[in-house]
Amino acid sequence: MSSVARKPLILGSKTYKDITDDICAPVEAPATKRWFGLLLGAKALFLFYIVHIAIIIGTGMGLLGVNHPVAWGTMIITFVFWIGIGHAGTLISAILYLFRQKWRTSVARSAEAMTVFAVMTAGIFPLIHTGRPWLDFWLLPYPNQRGPLWVNFRSPLLWDVFAVSTYATVSTVFWYVGLVPDLATIRDRAKTKLRRLIYGTLSLGWRGSSRDWAHYEIVYLLLAGLSTPLVLSVHTIVSFDFAVSMLPGWHTTIFPPYFVAGAVFSGFGMVITLLTLVRIGFPKFKDYITIDHMEVMNKIIMTTGLMVGYAYGSEFFIAWYSGNHYEVYAFTNRAFGPYWWSYWIMISCNVVIPQLFWFERFRRSIPVMFVVSIFVNIGMWFERFVITVTSLHRDFLPSNWGMYAWSWFDSAILFGSFGMFLTIFLLYLKFVPAISIAEVKPVLYVGKKRPGHEGGH
Amino acid sequence: MIQPGLHDDVVALAVGYGRKAAGKVGNIGVDAYPLSSFAKGKPVFAGRVVTLKKTSENYLLVSTQDHHVMEGRAIVLETTKSAFEKDPSSGIHKHQIFSIWPQHQYTKHKWALSVDLNSCTGCSACVVACQSENNVPVVGKKYVLEGREMHWIRIDRYFKGTPEAPEVAVMPLMCQHCENAPCETVCPVLATVHNDEGLNDMSYNRCVGTRYCANNCPYKVRRFNWFNYVKKREEPLHMSYNPDVTVRPRGVMEKCTFCVQRIRRGTNIAKDEKRAFKDGDVKTACQESCPADAIVFGDLNDANSKVARLFQEKRTYKLLEELNAVPRVGYMTRVRNAERAEVSGHGSEHGQPAHGPAKDEGKEDKKKHGNNVQQHEGELV
Repeated sequence: MSSVARKPLILGSKTYKDITDDICAPVEAPATKRWFGLLLGAKALFLFYIVHIAIIIGTGMGLLGVNHPVAWGTMIITFVFWIGIGHAGTLISAILYLFRQKWRTSVARSAEAMTVFAVMTAGIFPLIHTGRPWLDFWLLPYPNQRGPLWVNFRSPLLWDVFAVSTYATVSTVFWYVGLVPDLATIRDRAKTKLRRLIYGTLSLGWRGSSRDWAHYEIVYLLLAGLSTPLVLSVHTIVSFDFAVSMLPGWHTTIFPPYFVAGAVFSGFGMVITLLTLVRIGFPKFKDYITIDHMEVMNKIIMTTGLMVGYAYGSEFFIAWYSGNHYEVYAFTNRAFGPYWWSYWIMISCNVVIPQLFWFERFRRSIPVMFVVSIFVNIGMWFERFVITVTSLHRDFLPSNWGMYAWSWFDSAILFGSFGMFLTIFLLYLKFVPAISIAEVKPVLYVGKKRPGHEGGH
Repeated sequence: MIQPGLHDDVVALAVGYGRKAAGKVGNIGVDAYPLSSFAKGKPVFAGRVVTLKKTSENYLLVSTQDHHVMEGRAIVLETTKSAFEKDPSSGIHKHQIFSIWPQHQYTKHKWALSVDLNSCTGCSACVVACQSENNVPVVGKKYVLEGREMHWIRIDRYFKGTPEAPEVAVMPLMCQHCENAPCETVCPVLATVHNDEGLNDMSYNRCVGTRYCANNCPYKVRRFNWFNYVKKREEPLHMSYNPDVTVRPRGVMEKCTFCVQRIRRGTNIAKDEKRAFKDGDVKTACQESCPADAIVFGDLNDANSKVARLFQEKRTYKLLEELNAVPRVGYMTRVRNAERAEVSGHGSEHGQPAHGPAKDEGKEDKKKHGNNVQQHEGELV
């Protein structure tokens, strides 16, 4: 029996009190110098981002590299990148919850937080990528006195408005509901009045009664059920922005599953990047976010990496099989045209490098997984670059062909968005318990005989 | 810039540049007149002997047409005189298209434009006419390099054959006013819609500038206001704006309107004079300026209009017909004299229905041409 027993999810033979103390420590202790240093760096980058957005809104889209024929560029690429990042969080917190995967408890909070912040970061781009951002509210179907002039329900961009706003709302609510018992814990342990007031307000009157818990469990289950289809629908609809158009390289039926797999892939990449850093920042969390947790996620990275690899291959096969001259050209041009390097960066980062995870040694090595996750992030950004730019830059009529005119502002927007994301994530680490106290406790073997484990801990 | 077909020992320079008092737009380039000479009271441009020296300086050359081959695609269709005499529709490959939806009925007018590629010489007069008629901004060299030219009509230029002995194929391209316009379905705010006369209208006021329409346009004729070009026009040049055409602010899309202001004027005059609209009442700016009369505009609902008759011609084809966007611009194949066309060959191979292996030959051909010109492009850089 002992050989099939599962390994403990939490190391270090913790008591319930240990768990509460460990997880509340970063919130309750004064901020460290290292945290301040990181926040300052992230904030500086965030500020840099804001300034550049302001200049672009003030001057015009022409500051970016978008042109004729490549009318969508860095903003759309980075939007899809960040939206994709979000998917791992929802998958961990909702789908794995419904499937009763207990290992999710240690990573769900941070992954879900990452989702919310990634969607926030992504949400900026569709707003500022328009020529006249101050009129963006016209994309919302609201009663008006212009006829009334309605929106175009046939446009995938409009579906996008609904998909992303739904996703942002549901994942924020889901994340917040999961937070409530833990916020109440912080409130109960608060030593100052202000802290009690703030966390008391945020915990929405949570008392920890069995009634509270019964309601909470049902709401959490319902929200998990509500979020699950969103994991599939959001990136499906984002992929429609491309798939519904008639451009060779965009107009493909494989896009929805391909985008969802890629989103989960990139999301887990970002989770690994962040959690390896969190483990370094908060050494105590190593007992909660164990190598086993990381290994499971690395397996998902490898699996979804193979899925996107299959999609890349399938696209080429279908392009050839279709016999459509424009399709064939679009895909040949991706791999061997002027933007060949972006295609091969994508292939090496997304398909080749994750193959390292076939080896247990690499799956369980923190430095290796960190480096691989960085490559996954880079690769997935380039995937969107390849889809957006290489399809647009050479389409039907060769006289239109051109190149994307990458500018300083493109770089500023791309890197600045990380400033926004990291700022919010660092604030989250300081002010919110980064692991779900309430969810981690039930997976402990306290008071239960640990199956097949030879005591001694 | 080494142009295909230019002899290795020949240098060609265009005169008319390097002016000194023509303002921001005119004071560009180099004056080529000092290189010419006078003989018998007339300037002599050709036959001058010059020596070229390599300097260490770089000079950036910018062009709106920088792809030279058609990549074996059926774009500018051509045929030979002998093939045309046998079958007037030779050179055109018709696609079988069906739709489960009924087409929209246009009961009033049904505007359309015909372009005869046989007459068009690619002189660009239409481009200039359109630019001044429709207040199209001039963006300058820096932005042309970045792909921001604003032309509503452009002359697509392709080379065929070998770089040593190329043939040029030109094609004026403006908004095709597709009946199934791909741009219209993707606009989230309905800023571009069809009107009941079949025009693909652009409401600048409603446009928020997502640029999705431009991405989905297979002809890539939509132009975006990347900056506030209107503000950049210095006084008194603002007086040169056509008062009938609105200027566009930053952040909106624009494109050929079929000179909607002229259509309105023409139909209104007919109404005022209490008579039916007759063919020729409306001429677009490009049509009016075309010295070869290659462009004809009119109403397809009037069976006797010139454009309706041209649309019935066997020589008329629609660009990228297989996409079923149903353009309202008809192109007429170019008919070349046989002996020259046979040298270059491709372009017409696509259109012989009873011609089995022709397709493959065409591919072979394309590859050869493609490579040749590609190499040539290499030299240009």
